[in-house]
Amino acid sequence: MRRAMRLTKFHGVGVVSLLATVACNGSKSAANGDGKTSDIKTVELLNVSYDPTRELYVELDDAFAKQYRDTKHVTVTIKQSHGGSGKQARSVIDGLEADVVSLGLAGDIDAIADSGLLAKDWQTRLPEHSTPYTSTIVFLVRKGNPKAVKDWGDLVKDDVKVIASNPKTSGGARWAYLGAWGHGKKTSGSDEGAKAFVKQLYQHVPVLDSGARGSTTTFVERGQGDVLLSWENEAYLAQDQAKDQGFEIVVPPRSILAEPPVAVVDRVVAKHGTAEVSKAFLEFLYTEPAQEIIAKNHYRPRSKTVKSDLPELELFSIDDLGGWGVVQKTHFADGGVFDAIYTK
Amino acid sequence: MKRAVGETPWVRRSLIAIAVGFFVLFMVVPLGVVFAIAVRDGIAPYLAAITTPDAKSAIKLTLLVAGIAVPLNIGFGIAAAWSLARFKFPGRRALLTLIDIPFAVSPVVVGMMFILLFGAHGYLHSSHKIVFAVPGIVLATTFVTIPFVARALIPALEARGPEQELAALTLGASPWQTFWRVTLPGLRWPLAYGAILSTARAIGEFGAVSVVSGHIRGETNTVPLHIEILYNDFQYQAAFAVATILVVLALATVVLQRVVEWRAERNRV
Amino acid sequence: MARRALPGFGLSLGVTLTYLGLLVVIPLSTIVLKTSSLTWAQFWTVVTAPRAVASFALSLGASLVAAAIASVFGLIVAWVLVRYEFPGRGLIDALVDLPFALPTAVAGIALTATWGSTGVLGRYLHAIGVEGAYSRLGIVIALVFLGVPFVVRTVQPVLVQLDPRLEEAAATLGATRLQAFVRVVLPALRPAIVTGFALAFSRALGEYGSVVFISGNMPGKTEIAPLLVMTKLEQFDYSGATALALVMVISSFAILIAINSFGRRSRKRDLHRKRPPEERPTLPPPATIVRGHV
Repeated sequence: MRRAMRLTKFHGVGVVSLLATVACNGSKSAANGDGKTSDIKTVELLNVSYDPTRELYVELDDAFAKQYRDTKHVTVTIKQSHGGSGKQARSVIDGLEADVVSLGLAGDIDAIADSGLLAKDWQTRLPEHSTPYTSTIVFLVRKGNPKAVKDWGDLVKDDVKVIASNPKTSGGARWAYLGAWGHGKKTSGSDEGAKAFVKQLYQHVPVLDSGARGSTTTFVERGQGDVLLSWENEAYLAQDQAKDQGFEIVVPPRSILAEPPVAVVDRVVAKHGTAEVSKAFLEFLYTEPAQEIIAKNHYRPRSKTVKSDLPELELFSIDDLGGWGVVQKTHFADGGVFDAIYTK
Repeated sequence: MKRAVGETPWVRRSLIAIAVGFFVLFMVVPLGVVFAIAVRDGIAPYLAAITTPDAKSAIKLTLLVAGIAVPLNIGFGIAAAWSLARFKFPGRRALLTLIDIPFAVSPVVVGMMFILLFGAHGYLHSSHKIVFAVPGIVLATTFVTIPFVARALIPALEARGPEQELAALTLGASPWQTFWRVTLPGLRWPLAYGAILSTARAIGEFGAVSVVSGHIRGETNTVPLHIEILYNDFQYQAAFAVATILVVLALATVVLQRVVEWRAERNRV
Repeated sequence: MARRALPGFGLSLGVTLTYLGLLVVIPLSTIVLKTSSLTWAQFWTVVTAPRAVASFALSLGASLVAAAIASVFGLIVAWVLVRYEFPGRGLIDALVDLPFALPTAVAGIALTATWGSTGVLGRYLHAIGVEGAYSRLGIVIALVFLGVPFVVRTVQPVLVQLDPRLEEAAATLGATRLQAFVRVVLPALRPAIVTGFALAFSRALGEYGSVVFISGNMPGKTEIAPLLVMTKLEQFDYSGATALALVMVISSFAILIAINSFGRRSRKRDLHRKRPPEERPTLPPPATIVRGHV
């Protein structure tokens, strides 16, 4: 009998370790489960964000932690997770315990709201549709702009290859698609014309990554394509990161106003007891110091007083196209316009 | 191997050239590229890349996960080998095939299964964080490494035959004595072989872990995932730097396998 | 346990069944369960959608081509390793196992960096208008990398045990070297080559980690099946994802069974043909134990 225990000990050790890991994770959430933040010295938040904001939130998290420690004497650690906006939303719905989400488009947060994790009126709880910063879609071209790309129409010239990401998974890709759609609609005056233009555009795309950052990597590091359709902030980042390659940013005269919103995930913060800190973090994003960090990282700040040296251009918004509910269903859902573009 | 009949020298040389050329092009050059890019900015950035807090926690997590998955599968492998190699029973063939199933499941699907089980809308959902946390990563990694030890032990045990164990039992050894003193020592090398392979696999698993991980920096990223993150953060040199750790581990695995095979050969003689 | 001479049947079988039940059967059943929430019509629509069919065709086609190429080169490498002496032979023999041990993410970024248009080798291809990365060629390259070791390790042991007297007899009877090779050696190697081919093929089918870096991931053109599953997952289309996954699991499983039974049958055939058995190996050929997708 004694010896019989030894074989099962193998399993026992494994099972115990497994349970210990589960317990550790469980107790970590319990530590945050205390209601009054003023009684705890440290609080941990998880910010589930979309792809290009990696560098932005490193700074924002730091600034907020400093400010919160000075004013409330509580140490806040913010953990970050990044990925394609749609993919991140799916993870949150599936159980990734985000205290706050900062995704690429309202439609993805709506999906989280639909699953019951946060209130459906989330966009009214913070100023400017719960979007502390905006961006737009621009073109990143190679040194000297050899293919002379100036506007959306130039993207479908014969010898131009465009790098974009997959609208089914990437928030930035959806904004880019809609930017193209808006251009097509304006120049042709009809939805059919817009669809034809967008179809033509995606025929010029040789590589479709699942996230905005993936596309940037493909363009910058792997040297594919002539033009990168990218978030504006991402284009500046790429330019900075690869100074020796001399990329140039081409801002089309008209593009879409991309609004990447933020929200507190009600159910999760209730479970963790982090409601107050999470709300404070999101509110912090609208303050001067945060808006300056935002501008520094090439996002367009909401604040009228913070200087941003990003160029002016004509911007149309998602509401001009019917809002995310309509757009998601028409274009990006299964069997929608984007799928139709790929049907043989 | 000197033989009376052989190919003409030029045939021999061209075949060797093809084989070596193919090998170098397909296997050696890519690895060289990894090291070249890793140190393209110098040694200091290389060392810095592999000692960042996120890199360290990725290494720790990878070791923890392998440290749980491999022993679990060793235990399973021994149990499976004993029941399947020493006994005949209805369903034995099916069980053998069942053990092979993890080979047939694509990693993305592996990750998806566990989300369907333990995710917020999963069939076995509970308030414990399993997916998007360390336990989920452990489960996924354990799943993909299930067959390795078992499939190393089963043929070995079959090949040895039960004579020695029967002899020991007849001579009065208890079942457990027989197992520990007769069976296991004979399985030493296949066991080592299977353990080495499953460890290498556990360390390098990417697809399945990517789906269940949640990609929480500093918390739920294994080394392969960390490489992907660095790659996506424009930090190519750092990504390849961390990749060299895995390349070195892979080379060590291959060397260890050789050693084990060599020791096993010696034992036979 | 009176009917069995050896002890421990109950315990070991119990552990085996419990472990497999918990860790393999239950998780796999979720795929079936989720897919069953679709009607047959819906299921059919999902798996026959043009994009899905394109991805299956691509995965299947690329895997077949890669396995074939791997078989040819694997045979050459095995032949060269067994029959010839040359500097570096031991090194190559050891390195053949490397793709087994190398994490696929590393293989992915390494192959992409090498064969891309700016890569060390890819730039030559690019100069002649061929893309080594972000193309179907890139996918095939990655899958060949992963498949060659299977073929080498399945063919090698058979080649080692091949009786040289057969070839000598052929030579005495007037056959040229080539005739001897085709008529005597190849048939003897055929089961091993076929097994190696099948192993490389089945490994290639589900491969994700390395291919996803080097493929262009273009729907309809360079999107492999596992990636499509991933995409559906990220679009909250769980039942669609599981439907595709089910098709993939069933087909891989069928191939696995075919490999296993083919191996069994050819081993039985060999037993009839064989001379007195050589010493039994204590280690199985690595190829039979190291399969699987990473």
